[in-house]
Amino acid sequence: MATIFGSGIRRREDPRLITGLATYTDDVALPGLAYAAFLRSPYAHARITKIDTSAAKAAPGVVAVYTAADLEGKTGTVPCAWNPPNCDLKVPAHPILASDKVRYAGDAVALVVAETRAQARDAIDLIDVDYDPLGAEVDPEKAAQPGAPVFHDDVPGNIGFTWSCGGGDAAAEFERAEVKVKLRIVQQRLLPTAIEPRSAVASYNKGTGQLQLWVTSQNPHIHRFLCSLMLKLPEHRIRVVAPEVGGGFGSKIPAYPDEAAVSFASMQLGRPVKWTEDRSENYKCTIHGRDHVEYVEMCGMKDGRITGIRSTVYAGLGAYASTAGPGIPTILHGLVYSGAYEIPHIAVTVHGVYTSGTPIDAYRGAGRPEAAYLVERLVDTFARAAGKDPAAVRHLNFIPKEKFPHTVATGVTYDSGDYGPALDKALALIDYEGFRRRQAEARTQGKYLGIGIGSYIEICGLGPSQVAGAVGFGAGLYDSAIVRVYPTGVVRVYIGASPHGQGEETTFAQVVAQEFGIPVENIEIVHGDTETTPQGWGTYGSRTTAVCGSAVKIAAQRVKEKARKIAAHLLEASEDDLEWTGTAWQVKGVPGTAKSFGDLALAANVAWNLPAGVEPGLEANAFFDPSNFVYPFGTHVCTVEVDGETGEVHIERYVAVDDCGPHINPVIVQGQIHGGVIQGIGEALQEIAVYDDSGQLLSGTMMDYAVPKASQMPHVETDYTVTPSPVNPLGVKGCGEAGTIVSAAAVVNAVVDALAPLGITHIDKPLTPARVWAAIQAAKGGAR
Amino acid sequence: MIPATFEYIRAGSLAQALALLGSHEDAKVIAGGHSLLPVMKFRMAQPGTLIDIARVPELHGIDRHQGDLRIGAATTYRALLQSRLVSEGFPLLHECVEDIGDVQVRNRGTLGGSLAHCDPNSDLPAVMLVLGAKMVCVSAKGTRTVPAAQFFTSAFSSALQDGELLQEIHLPPLPAGAGTCYHTVAQAASGYAMAGAAVVVTKAGGKVTSAKVALTSSGDIGRVVDTSAFVGSDGGDAALAALGAAASALTDATGDLHAPADYRRHLMGVVTRRAAATALSRAK
Repeated sequence: MATIFGSGIRRREDPRLITGLATYTDDVALPGLAYAAFLRSPYAHARITKIDTSAAKAAPGVVAVYTAADLEGKTGTVPCAWNPPNCDLKVPAHPILASDKVRYAGDAVALVVAETRAQARDAIDLIDVDYDPLGAEVDPEKAAQPGAPVFHDDVPGNIGFTWSCGGGDAAAEFERAEVKVKLRIVQQRLLPTAIEPRSAVASYNKGTGQLQLWVTSQNPHIHRFLCSLMLKLPEHRIRVVAPEVGGGFGSKIPAYPDEAAVSFASMQLGRPVKWTEDRSENYKCTIHGRDHVEYVEMCGMKDGRITGIRSTVYAGLGAYASTAGPGIPTILHGLVYSGAYEIPHIAVTVHGVYTSGTPIDAYRGAGRPEAAYLVERLVDTFARAAGKDPAAVRHLNFIPKEKFPHTVATGVTYDSGDYGPALDKALALIDYEGFRRRQAEARTQGKYLGIGIGSYIEICGLGPSQVAGAVGFGAGLYDSAIVRVYPTGVVRVYIGASPHGQGEETTFAQVVAQEFGIPVENIEIVHGDTETTPQGWGTYGSRTTAVCGSAVKIAAQRVKEKARKIAAHLLEASEDDLEWTGTAWQVKGVPGTAKSFGDLALAANVAWNLPAGVEPGLEANAFFDPSNFVYPFGTHVCTVEVDGETGEVHIERYVAVDDCGPHINPVIVQGQIHGGVIQGIGEALQEIAVYDDSGQLLSGTMMDYAVPKASQMPHVETDYTVTPSPVNPLGVKGCGEAGTIVSAAAVVNAVVDALAPLGITHIDKPLTPARVWAAIQAAKGGAR
Repeated sequence: MIPATFEYIRAGSLAQALALLGSHEDAKVIAGGHSLLPVMKFRMAQPGTLIDIARVPELHGIDRHQGDLRIGAATTYRALLQSRLVSEGFPLLHECVEDIGDVQVRNRGTLGGSLAHCDPNSDLPAVMLVLGAKMVCVSAKGTRTVPAAQFFTSAFSSALQDGELLQEIHLPPLPAGAGTCYHTVAQAASGYAMAGAAVVVTKAGGKVTSAKVALTSSGDIGRVVDTSAFVGSDGGDAALAALGAAASALTDATGDLHAPADYRRHLMGVVTRRAAATALSRAK
């Protein structure tokens, strides 16, 4: 039969999503529903000297107004769930509603609950708060300097942690190396911008003591866990439902104070309460990503061999330590510095710094794009200094295929890899030699053409739970599935992960359909409800398919094995004498004996005639905990033309060659790569969250924050190599973040290559026309 | 993003719209809503009443009238784009409108709404200036015609008086053989021009015989470049560079998030030069 595994069938979830038939959190309608709105601080850093809610409480339709005083003793604080070892992380209290101080523009000060959304919004304006403004500082490097305003009394100097990793002897290596390069790199703040803003509907039943929380979550089990801490409510009294979730990109991993406040209101009032942020609130209060100031160096030999890399990084944490915030610039960043290369000497130092900006947490790639960006910028800079071709330098330094599994200097063990063919394929697709000739010709005409290469590895498929514990991640990282077969042979699969756009309702059905030899239409994938799904840890870190998909496959295999026992019994044959035909168990070589999956589903469920010791029913569960992370890799190449007069960057071609192991569905893989690449190009060319000196977010709307538009983006040409992972039964590696990991580096490398004749060696992203023009002016010695 | 409470009235006729304007002191007129609604959602504007004129029949239509092209103020961008009278007679307007916003914006946004808003970063005022548009303003007292050059008085302020509506825009025909161009470099988020130039030129015997140049996002609305040196020149590189320099000089030394002042002034010179070169190449 044709295999469904590997087939590019269309996403089964799309029809309901694109025809308005899907239910998002804000669509949840309940009898007696009240609506909440937050009063948020207009100041980045200020002492609260007075809050008067009396006028708001008297406003039409207002049910209740809560401030920190009302929560006192009844709730916990907002937890940070990632405490990396050996870095003395300081986690200052993050109150659900600000009490004495506000620490970023958007910090919640009060919650209004009213009969309608508009009434709640109107009442916000009637709350009278006096603030005593204090100094702001959003730049993480500046906030770490003496004399910066101090945001938390228990974190003098604002440095939340200093973390190091590495291997070899970088200090000695930088002494003896022949070629040394260094860069100061700013990795700007980004706004995740999921199309669906955050939303929460809390419904507390005072009779049963149960709280049901619908929330925009990438990980409802983690939300249940963290909400139990915030609300001081036992975990078994909380049901968390993530209905359709309209994108997250990491921003819907964290537990936010907002859903805790809304839940608190529902618990107080005994009626359901809904809150949905608007886009302005989303930009101010939903986590931001990146925010590094980096001093990075690379060294090596004149022959192009790279021998060392070291860094000092100021990583912004924002105003508070968000759920996974401290883990991102450390574990998910520092451990990736070897990239695709054998670099024996690595020294990484990261200062996590509290600032007066919105908290920083995971944004697509989370730490790994920052690492890939600085490594790939350094490789290009190093190649130029050594007088070598950047593609040749990459080839020379790649970890050779025969060395896998391979432990790099940062201590992590790459599961598998074969980096040369992906680079070669990408160069061939873009006609590297031909482009270099065209570039030389263009330069004689004063045109700026450039080509940029980015080769990457990614640590994803998070990950072994034992490692999660060792690196201070406050959760497990296994995942789970229950495969339940109905009497008619149709199947529901309950999974612990929580897809929100990645297409696992399709790909996981393909995995099960392949195992059972039944149509995908006969399989439903159920996710996003802690009441019905087994304990799992959510969808992020490109983990869902590698970890949860493996659990699905194992559970399906267990079902198939039970079906085999029943088939053997019905056929009065030994199990060893049976063979699987692809759709049925039969006596080897005797087609007339075939017991189809449907036959066996009925037999198992009615249980009229089962073998001794076999229980009725046909279902199985599995918890899969991988033995290692997976390490997808690839090379992206981009060609650009820069308008030397306006500074505009035009991407001519973008080629992505990725290796994420075998594809369950090549169309979905391609879609993931496309989306990731576009987010990386947005980061490279146009996205930046800008604050003013007083800590106000200036790019607080889509009129100023440049989310990529289709008309602005190039066609992304995709191709693949396939190197299966040995660490999971599907052989798959993550592809959800892959496109984002190195695309910004490829684009910036291309622009710097285009402008190399002017002596330009680096421009900080985003490469907006104004920035590129300014760099050209500076290089030309023009008046600025 | 929820506006303050307001009353909404949809006017069915021009007479009704004018009567409503006269009887509601804190009223704002709305057509496409693409300028007004965002500021209302931020509560930076809190009108007590919205008078919706989008469906007033007298404010719609594109036709020829006494030699001019007559466009009703509530005509949407989409209707402009679909009009052959526009695309054939005023390719400059077509070229400009094609690039405004996105499909949804063009479906609802109106020519008159944009012009009456007087946003100095909006594309259309510069186009109206170089086309020599005449604005027909109507009130209970009757109509008066205001040339574009007098209509855009300052940023976010037009010559419209209390109780007055923009009813029609009249465009006189382009000079024979004229070449036109509207060129901008837009900021990536909003699509608004960081610098833009609208140009109408004619040429004969290798010389520029007439030229009108107006700017978008120069710091104020309605800035028109002095072309007296350009007219009579050969329109070559030196003349274009001088024209660009004049546009730069006319641009305010204030910057924003996307275009610092020095960049904006430089860019204005580039877009003006390029627009003029393209317009010349299109002139017959």
